[in-house]
Amino acid sequence: MVGLHKSEFKNPVINWIDTRMPVFTMMQKEYGSFPTPRNFNYFWNFGALAMVNLVLMIATGVFLAMNYAPNSMLAFDSVERIMRDVNWGWLIRYAHMNGASMFFIVVYVHLFRGLYYGSYKAPRELLWMLGVVILLLMMATAFMGYVLPWGQMSYWGATVITNLFSAIPLVGKSIVTWLWGGFAVDNPTLNRFFSLHYLLPFVIVGVVFLHVVALHITGSNNPLGIEVKTPQDTIPFHPYYTIKDSVGICVFFIVLAALVFFAPNFFASPDNYIQANPLQTPAEIVPEWYFLPFYAILRSVPNKLGGVMMMFGSIAVLFVLPWLDTSPVRSARFRPIYRQLFWLLVISVFALGAVGAHRPQGIWVVIGRLATLYYFLHFLVILPVLGKLERPLPLPESISRPVLGGGKMPGGATAKPMEKA
Amino acid sequence: MRGLKRLSLSVAAAACAAMLAPAAFAQSGDKPEAKAPAHEISTVDIPVPPLPHIDWSFSGPFGTYDRASAQRGFLIYQQVCSNCHSMDQLYYRNLEGIGLSEDQIKAIAASVQVPGGVNDQGQPIERPGKPSDHFKAPFPNEQAARAANGGALPPDQSVLELAREGGADYLYAILTGYADPPPGVKLMSGMNYNTYFPGHQIAMPQPLQEGSVQYTDGVKPTLDQEAKDVVTFLTWAANPEMEERKQTGVRVILFLIFLTGVTYAVKRRVWSDLH
Amino acid sequence: MADTAAHSPHPGAGHGPGDGATKRDFLKMVAGAGALVGAGAIAWPLIDSMNPSQDVLALSSVEVNLAPIPEGSGITVLWQGKPIFVRHRTAAEIKAAEDVKLGDLIEPQSDADRVKAGHAQWIVLIGICTHLGCIPLGNKPTDPRGEWGGWFCPCHGSQYDTSGRVRHGPAPLNLYLPPYAFENDTKIKIG
Repeated sequence: MVGLHKSEFKNPVINWIDTRMPVFTMMQKEYGSFPTPRNFNYFWNFGALAMVNLVLMIATGVFLAMNYAPNSMLAFDSVERIMRDVNWGWLIRYAHMNGASMFFIVVYVHLFRGLYYGSYKAPRELLWMLGVVILLLMMATAFMGYVLPWGQMSYWGATVITNLFSAIPLVGKSIVTWLWGGFAVDNPTLNRFFSLHYLLPFVIVGVVFLHVVALHITGSNNPLGIEVKTPQDTIPFHPYYTIKDSVGICVFFIVLAALVFFAPNFFASPDNYIQANPLQTPAEIVPEWYFLPFYAILRSVPNKLGGVMMMFGSIAVLFVLPWLDTSPVRSARFRPIYRQLFWLLVISVFALGAVGAHRPQGIWVVIGRLATLYYFLHFLVILPVLGKLERPLPLPESISRPVLGGGKMPGGATAKPMEKA
Repeated sequence: MRGLKRLSLSVAAAACAAMLAPAAFAQSGDKPEAKAPAHEISTVDIPVPPLPHIDWSFSGPFGTYDRASAQRGFLIYQQVCSNCHSMDQLYYRNLEGIGLSEDQIKAIAASVQVPGGVNDQGQPIERPGKPSDHFKAPFPNEQAARAANGGALPPDQSVLELAREGGADYLYAILTGYADPPPGVKLMSGMNYNTYFPGHQIAMPQPLQEGSVQYTDGVKPTLDQEAKDVVTFLTWAANPEMEERKQTGVRVILFLIFLTGVTYAVKRRVWSDLH
Repeated sequence: MADTAAHSPHPGAGHGPGDGATKRDFLKMVAGAGALVGAGAIAWPLIDSMNPSQDVLALSSVEVNLAPIPEGSGITVLWQGKPIFVRHRTAAEIKAAEDVKLGDLIEPQSDADRVKAGHAQWIVLIGICTHLGCIPLGNKPTDPRGEWGGWFCPCHGSQYDTSGRVRHGPAPLNLYLPPYAFENDTKIKIG
């Protein structure tokens, strides 16, 4: 495909660039006229929200790094200096801190939306798997970012999580020492975590790009879970979804602002305002809320290696989910039994979150085990079997029909036909 | 997890109410096992009552620091707290934030001697403090602090309000929570009984009593008043940005609500030709 | 967020003329302007965070004891991260500085304007060449001081006289004066 691009842009400067490097044509194709199912609900905002959130995290992070000192002697004080002396430092740091929580909220909603509407099913398997890779990268980034303020939770969280790798037979100890760069979490650990915390977001950007490439090959799923059949089923991405996403982005910023300005430490642990002390573990070590369900799974297994494997396994099952779910029907709207089991999964994940926040005693152990059991049962047993047994409801003929009023009106009679698409 | 802990409880309750409700209690105060008072009671088994909720001047989305109260609190810090507790993150110049004038700040700073580098012979020297100096710590290092306090380390107070579950209410509860130990309770040597301290045995002797300080503004120094004043000061010290943060926040949120409304209106109009 | 459909050749995005269209365009402009304001409001704190922070701004003033500085020599002290030249001028140097015709100067300024009244033997300067920020030589009597007996910048050959005024380019301006005051005859406070 060597040769100049025949650009259709009128503006001479844009045309000149586009002829040589058709980025404008590409943007127009992928974000302007891109044919998108017309029946998205607001849950389809969350991909765009995650994108905005990622940009916000990188922007605030870059400016925080200008004042942060990745040294165990200086880190805690440098964060306090950001809060007190740097112009708007408190705003940037609180936005970064709460932005991390918002990022996970947004991505978890995005993920559960995919689960509900079967967005992981053929031909979108790779799209889904790239999403799981992004989630893993986010977790690594968030974990290392949490270490940077060098508070008590930073230190002990780092100790506990890195020690997970000691469960690996034979080489576990060596791996942990290698991760630490010493014989305990210390300055070398902080240094490398800072380096990686700065690097990984850009890796995330790369994988997000692939995620979007894959999305634009298969096209988006939609609440009905049926494929686009006619041009009437789609509308151009711009202006319809650019403006709809903008509404979501505004609401996103309201929630973020409410946290940052009025409850900046809502998600924070008080212990992280105490400087790291290698000689004293806080009475209760609790990871950040977005790790709680995984932490609960870890603790639900009384065996060290088993717990670690179950924890990583809980994400590994997501990788193979497209092949575990045998039902040809995507959307839970037309899967009466799956729909109920989906909510059971949501409940069990929330229950795991609550379990993770409490000491593993009494009833919490029982709840934790039941919820862990259901989590794996759901993916490994129920989904493969259910697809064979469940009788789905009749699927609508096309996307445009139910949108136009359950097929009462003839398709395309009221809406202008979308020429391109 | 200040807010989150409460939230996680309610979420858990919503998720499986019947199962979790009794468990939530078990968590928040380990079951008080009724032992015969004739035996020695471990203080760990005595439940901690819920914290008192004070209506602080800085509570709520429009809250501001009561300057007079914070200044009285600073007086208590100077005369009482600072004998043992450091305040490493603060500079004297920060006191502008509780309404002290530049001259007052200069005088306060000048009243302490701080390390002033070295003289021409290379010997370390001291000089009077300046507004740009950090608050002077009572002890040169942790060992000295422990040695002077029976082995216990008085925590730095710069971010103490943020570093304790319950924040300002907790600090107030500790300051006013000293009491005689219940019958049958034996305290470890050097320890004091406090109703609200986890485990109830606190190394810090009761720091404030009625009349611990003399206020210059005619306010009566009751224990309650002193505790409120010093907690106001400590909350300011941990969150000096709070007033600016809340004021900015109100403006930002009003703007965002407006922008959301306009954007939603545009969305309606853009989509109107589809329906 | 602020999307204007300026380049959208796509017919699906178009809409018919009429009242609805103008009202929509107005709303769009308000939303677009709002988005711009929002983007600016996000950008400003980030940009402003790179300005000097409160602890940097509050950096203490520096007191300098003048007594040990012999005539004809100078010292360099650090103030706000910058070298400050404090030079004890000889009578000949003062006279040289005072006798210059203002018309001969690149940036005309009298010597009296550059020292404190009654303390003409002390010249206090920010020791940064106004060309590209090097530190000129000349504080020590053994340094090269250039043709006018003041300071000589080794980077590009700018020369300053005993009042710190530029006499030979490429520097365009005289050496800057820091804010300072005499606490007494042998002590100044810079800042």
